[in-house]
Amino acid sequence: MVHKAILSTVNCQLLTENWKLETGFKMDITQPMPRTETMLLNLGPQHPSTHGVLRVLLELDGELIVSADPDIGYLHRGIEKLCEYRTLHKCMPLMNRLDYLAGEQNNFGFCLAVEKLLGVEVPKRAQYIRVMIAEFTRIASHLFWLGTHGHDLGAMTPLFYAFREREKIMDLCEMVSGARMFPLYFRIGGLAADLPEGFMRAAGDFVKSFPRRWKDYDTLLTQNEIWKERTVGVGVMNAEEALDWGWSGPMARGSGVDWDLRRDNPYSSYEEFDFEVPLGKNGDTYDRYLVRMQEMLQANRIVEQALKKIEETEPGDIKAKDPKVSLPPKDKVYTDIAALINHFLIIQDGIRPPQGEVYQCIEAPKGEMGFYLVSDGGPQAFRLKIRGPSFVVLAATDKLCRGRLLSDLIAVIGTMDIVLADVDR
Amino acid sequence: MNAAVELLQTKFADEVVEVVEFRGETQITVKPGRIKDICLALRDDPETSFKYLSAIAGMDYLPQSPRFGVVYHLYSHKKKNRVALKTLLKDDVAPAIDSVVSVWSTANWHEREAYDLLGIRFKGHPDLRRILMPANWVGHPLRKDYPLKGM
Repeated sequence: MVHKAILSTVNCQLLTENWKLETGFKMDITQPMPRTETMLLNLGPQHPSTHGVLRVLLELDGELIVSADPDIGYLHRGIEKLCEYRTLHKCMPLMNRLDYLAGEQNNFGFCLAVEKLLGVEVPKRAQYIRVMIAEFTRIASHLFWLGTHGHDLGAMTPLFYAFREREKIMDLCEMVSGARMFPLYFRIGGLAADLPEGFMRAAGDFVKSFPRRWKDYDTLLTQNEIWKERTVGVGVMNAEEALDWGWSGPMARGSGVDWDLRRDNPYSSYEEFDFEVPLGKNGDTYDRYLVRMQEMLQANRIVEQALKKIEETEPGDIKAKDPKVSLPPKDKVYTDIAALINHFLIIQDGIRPPQGEVYQCIEAPKGEMGFYLVSDGGPQAFRLKIRGPSFVVLAATDKLCRGRLLSDLIAVIGTMDIVLADVDR
Repeated sequence: MNAAVELLQTKFADEVVEVVEFRGETQITVKPGRIKDICLALRDDPETSFKYLSAIAGMDYLPQSPRFGVVYHLYSHKKKNRVALKTLLKDDVAPAIDSVVSVWSTANWHEREAYDLLGIRFKGHPDLRRILMPANWVGHPLRKDYPLKGM
């Protein structure tokens, strides 16, 4: 109880002396004691700063967090269960809806897992296009994070700038597939279609203009005193703890863990691309901000290289040659009976991978997105375990904000870059 | 060969049941009894150095027996390789295994999820509650005998 009493008294100082936290404060026991009970506060599930339907049960001592217990599951749709009842192709729309801010990245991982299980080789052109779309998605996801994270901490302007560029990426997604949030452009064995006319130019324009646009956000926040006050030293995690807590992606790199799956365990020809892996030092919210900002520029570099590589490949070569895996071209389906039968079989009966199990992970914008796919030889997955980065990161909430101010929790939720659809699945 | 296989075959020879190489991945099946010691050894041995737990997948292999299993996906930043550690649990009615939260903190939520969705108990877990389903939910939805609809 003494411990709590000290906390409360410090808190009184906080309110009276211009929000400055006094250290080494001694209790005056001759004065009547302030109330020392802690308070339970329910944050969410419908709170704008929780980025979706997250509920955090907080125990507060004044403004200080005694404990924080995230309560999840409000968006649990049972995707893992659903995938056991539908053919692998029909799982694809569900995958889009995991981390919906980077929809195509999830399909990327899922397709790679199925292709690994099947032992199918995807043509180079499709691999490069996948990389390009994945990196565009990474930029879009980071832009969304930047806008909302800034907004949570009182910086309104970056949101509008960030969404301006995000909108352009959505337009590019619309060009390739007709949909914006959930393009569903990847297929098992390749892509749904080749790039449309005019896409290369539109993508090239974006790549050229993006570094200049990036400077806008950088100017708004990086040296901003208020931004630094709110983020430096908040939510600190050192490298060893980050690994212990299973952190990956920009969250781990902010703590100085030099690890990027694209570089260390390359997939889809990432080894042919030249990019840097930005690292933080202090493992706080500000360092993670810096890491994600740099990642956007690196992703832009990868897109630039991918565009060059795509131009060097043969147009139309976007599907694996295996007729048991890839759908035949649409015009053939209408004119050729063999193609029609093939199409029908793949859609109705599904593809049957061999018995076995694989774990395939990709470097999604939020970290390691893993798919553990177990097949019993049938057209459905026997079991699909999805390892989402948000779920893992959210588990450390209590560690990051215990003993900190309530307003720091908002910074911590923002920096975790969670998507509740990915947490709950 | 993966260093993990070598380590387990020398130090835990009695525990290793099967080693499978499939599509360039290593899957080691071990007995569930000493899972915590095995995980600690894999984490701390400099040759393996699996400091990072990617995920824990609870499994229901119905109609096979033993019915339940737990799969640990480990990654080593030092060696840049992976291993899948598989166990089959003896009890088909009340499956249980030792918790590895003391080995990797991240196991906390993964084990809660496996408990919630498959009903596998993790002995020694500090806070084994449901995580995705409501606290008063009856049944474990990812079990194979749990219907997809009509509850």
